[in-house]
Amino acid sequence: MIDILAEAARITALGECARRPARDAVNLPMINNWVEAIGDTNAVYVDEAAARVAGHPGLVAPPAMIQVWTMGGLHGQRASGDPLGQMIGVLDEAGFTSVVATNCEQTYHRYLGHGEQVTVSTRLGEVVGPKTTSLGEGWFVTTHNVWYAGDEPVAQMLFRVLKFRPGTAIPAPAADVLRPVISHDTAFFWAGTAAGELRIQQCTACGSLRHPPGPMCPSCGADKPDYVLAIGRGQVFSYVVHHHPAVPGKTLPFVVALVELNEGVRMIGELIDVDPASVQIGMPVELALTRIDDELTLPFWRPSRAAR
Amino acid sequence: MSTRVAVGVELPELLVEATPTFVVSTALATRDFQDVHHDRDAAVARGSKDIFVNILTDTGLVQRFVTDWAGPGARVRSISIRLGVPCYAYDTLAFSGYVLELSGPDVTVAVVGRGQLGEHVTGTVVLTLAGAAP
Repeated sequence: MIDILAEAARITALGECARRPARDAVNLPMINNWVEAIGDTNAVYVDEAAARVAGHPGLVAPPAMIQVWTMGGLHGQRASGDPLGQMIGVLDEAGFTSVVATNCEQTYHRYLGHGEQVTVSTRLGEVVGPKTTSLGEGWFVTTHNVWYAGDEPVAQMLFRVLKFRPGTAIPAPAADVLRPVISHDTAFFWAGTAAGELRIQQCTACGSLRHPPGPMCPSCGADKPDYVLAIGRGQVFSYVVHHHPAVPGKTLPFVVALVELNEGVRMIGELIDVDPASVQIGMPVELALTRIDDELTLPFWRPSRAAR
Repeated sequence: MSTRVAVGVELPELLVEATPTFVVSTALATRDFQDVHHDRDAAVARGSKDIFVNILTDTGLVQRFVTDWAGPGARVRSISIRLGVPCYAYDTLAFSGYVLELSGPDVTVAVVGRGQLGEHVTGTVVLTLAGAAP
């Protein structure tokens, strides 16, 4: 059993590693390749006159290229003392063999001119885990880099990766939407929406309708519910306009209404195809079943198109 | 430019077609030779749907998006990004952003790059506009 936190503390204590030089000095061919691929047409990187007009002493490198100069390259090997390499080795050994970058925070102290030779140092920052993520169980590893021109720091970066155990991912929902928790009590309702029906729970003993669904009748206490089909019409009993915070899959603002069905029960649902400012209590609405994916159909509501 | 800058001002949208050629050429131009950025078989074997855009390219795209708006006289001071869902080959990234904060000569811009799976990259860029400072 590897003590990941102890290993992290050991590597962190090593501090900043020896500076590693860039393969090449800052140069126009690599900048040209980069601006062509990224599609960046800023002239200060490729047109000396434009660079001078913009106040630079000559051609400059794109700041966002800082990490490019010191990448390991096609056959790159990490130096044995490299803190990130060491920490990755520890996590590989512990079974967290996959890696994905999650954060990159770069600060540029100045622009680099062509011909400048940079070096980079690395030190290990926080190592946090184990965390359950959408990719699987893993550890977040933060490193701090400083780039130097001679002894002058010219840029710095916080870089965070997730080292995770492959095959432990939680399956993500098929669509970008909040999904209901479907229980034994509510399964009939969601099976109904998927079948194109809006089902209202009904007590088989006293016949009263109820929503939201539950195991026992609030009127008589019987525990043998069935359901009836709603015709899908009602009116706005109350509503809120949601402005904040953001909700997955939703464009703000949106309207959440408590709809009183013609059958008498009330249901909460999003009111769509409506200007939030025009919603009124008592407004007639109709059901708008919306298929999200094979598993889920959500009941939305929209202003009634039928004359009343 | 500076007269048009106020908190809340939105930047012009930027659409980037993440073709396989784009994914591969940006990975190589950033000297990132990880196979998941140029070899679909390897990417699929590692559990991805396809090759995907690397993080160095995201930093570059965010810089491009902001300087396209700010002009060649601007100075980029910092770029902070956080990655969300992957951007696989054949996706299209839509970058949007707005002025989040004004502080002395510095402007902070909030940026989001969305693909068909959702938010691929979010972040902030601090820059100094032309004429605001040396």
